[in-house]
Amino acid sequence: MKSIIKQEIMGLNGDEAVAYAVKQADVDVVAAYPITPQTIIVEKLSEYVANGEVNTEFVCTESEHSAMAACLAAAATGARTFTASASAGLALMHEMLFVTSGCRAPVVMAVANRALSAPLNIHGDHSDAMAQRDSGWIQIYAENAQEVYDSILQAFRIAEHLDVQLPVMIGLDGFTLSHTLENVQVLPDDVAKGFVATRQLPTVLTHEGKSVPFKLDPANPMTMGPVALQNYYFEFKRQQEEAMKNALKVTQQIQNEYGQLTDRYYGNGLVENYKLDDAEVAILCVGSTAGTVKTVVDELRAKGVKAGLLRLRTFRPFPAEEIVKTLGKVKAVAVMDKSMSFGGNGGAVYHEARHALYDAPNHPYVVNYIYGLGGRDTSPSQIINVYEDLQKIVQTSQVLERIRYIGLRD
Amino acid sequence: MSSKEKSWKDIPLAGVCWKSSKTYLTGDWKTYQPVRDIEKCTKCLLCTIFCPDGAIHWKPEKGDIEFDLSFCKGCGICANECPTKAITMRI
Repeated sequence: MKSIIKQEIMGLNGDEAVAYAVKQADVDVVAAYPITPQTIIVEKLSEYVANGEVNTEFVCTESEHSAMAACLAAAATGARTFTASASAGLALMHEMLFVTSGCRAPVVMAVANRALSAPLNIHGDHSDAMAQRDSGWIQIYAENAQEVYDSILQAFRIAEHLDVQLPVMIGLDGFTLSHTLENVQVLPDDVAKGFVATRQLPTVLTHEGKSVPFKLDPANPMTMGPVALQNYYFEFKRQQEEAMKNALKVTQQIQNEYGQLTDRYYGNGLVENYKLDDAEVAILCVGSTAGTVKTVVDELRAKGVKAGLLRLRTFRPFPAEEIVKTLGKVKAVAVMDKSMSFGGNGGAVYHEARHALYDAPNHPYVVNYIYGLGGRDTSPSQIINVYEDLQKIVQTSQVLERIRYIGLRD
Repeated sequence: MSSKEKSWKDIPLAGVCWKSSKTYLTGDWKTYQPVRDIEKCTKCLLCTIFCPDGAIHWKPEKGDIEFDLSFCKGCGICANECPTKAITMRI
């Protein structure tokens, strides 16, 4: 019998769950700028700081670009560092996101996923984070507030792992998760602190020929992120790619270790398989929508439809092998994208999933549904329609429209 | 690329420099280099202050300045600032 830690249940919304996890993770520096729907996170954290409940330096910056610059600098000194953003704020960080991953600074950021302007919209979709998919950050998307809390604690371990050393974004759907109160089981402070432990630092060789911890320290001066031109830039990018590959393994290890403490597992940490083993039709989706899809899968299963769901939890690094293993044997797959890739051949998740499935020996029909832009609600009946479309494709062996929109007025 | 360059597996994280910047001769970049007319030079040392690379040194043992062409990038600020126009930039 495994020894599961006794956990308190708290009423927290997604943002509060983030703040609570950050509080327990003994973070050294938080540098942030408020933006809806992330604001509660930094409000809560500043409260903890003001009350003396945490040993954290809170830096109020004048913009998100500066917030990320401050986080990078703090992380470079060996500090455990956190920030939160969304939408236009994340877009303003764009340049610094690349610098942070390139400097191998293990910053953890919560992104309360929100639409991008114009037109102005404060509600939830994945446009903001998907636009940063090539910034070198690990991206994990949560399904509910419980997973938000769990993922933040795991994120520090993944980011700071010696084989990874990359920044991590935890996505929580704006309002749907960020502002919705749920019962969240939280670990006792000492257990949470024990799980995240103290930040590990890899060893690097400096210009003085000394092997020293990878941090800015006047006693062991080093240069981070210098110019690297035609002769070395490429090699540094290849290192980042290797770290991403390592993150596939590390994410699974960390979530397994966490699961042994809490008995909460999210698939293998990369993808979560829901009634997929004998499924003929399946949906692949990201984030809170998976909750709705699970309800629909149960309903359809009761009627004898072999429906299944694969929830993509980790989008970067993209778990292509898992996609092939799980969806490769299904007859038809609908990939749901909560963002647009304008002029692209479908949405961002679709690109990746369909591309991965090309390697499946009998690859399924793979169609794309764009949905929920600007926070538009997606109902169970709309998901049922998607499964019906898939069944029709299987019956007729014909795809009439490969890319469709859910809940859009024609 | 020279075969002496290291593989991605052998370089430190994040471009942490494994050699001192003193061994990287940035003076290679220049097109123009400063040439001084000793007759006109009053040794006021303004050039040593203005040089953005610290590539002009006062040598007390010689009682004179010295251009370090290994690090001078040929920007011409010294020539521009010289009050007696003793420095000219030449290819």
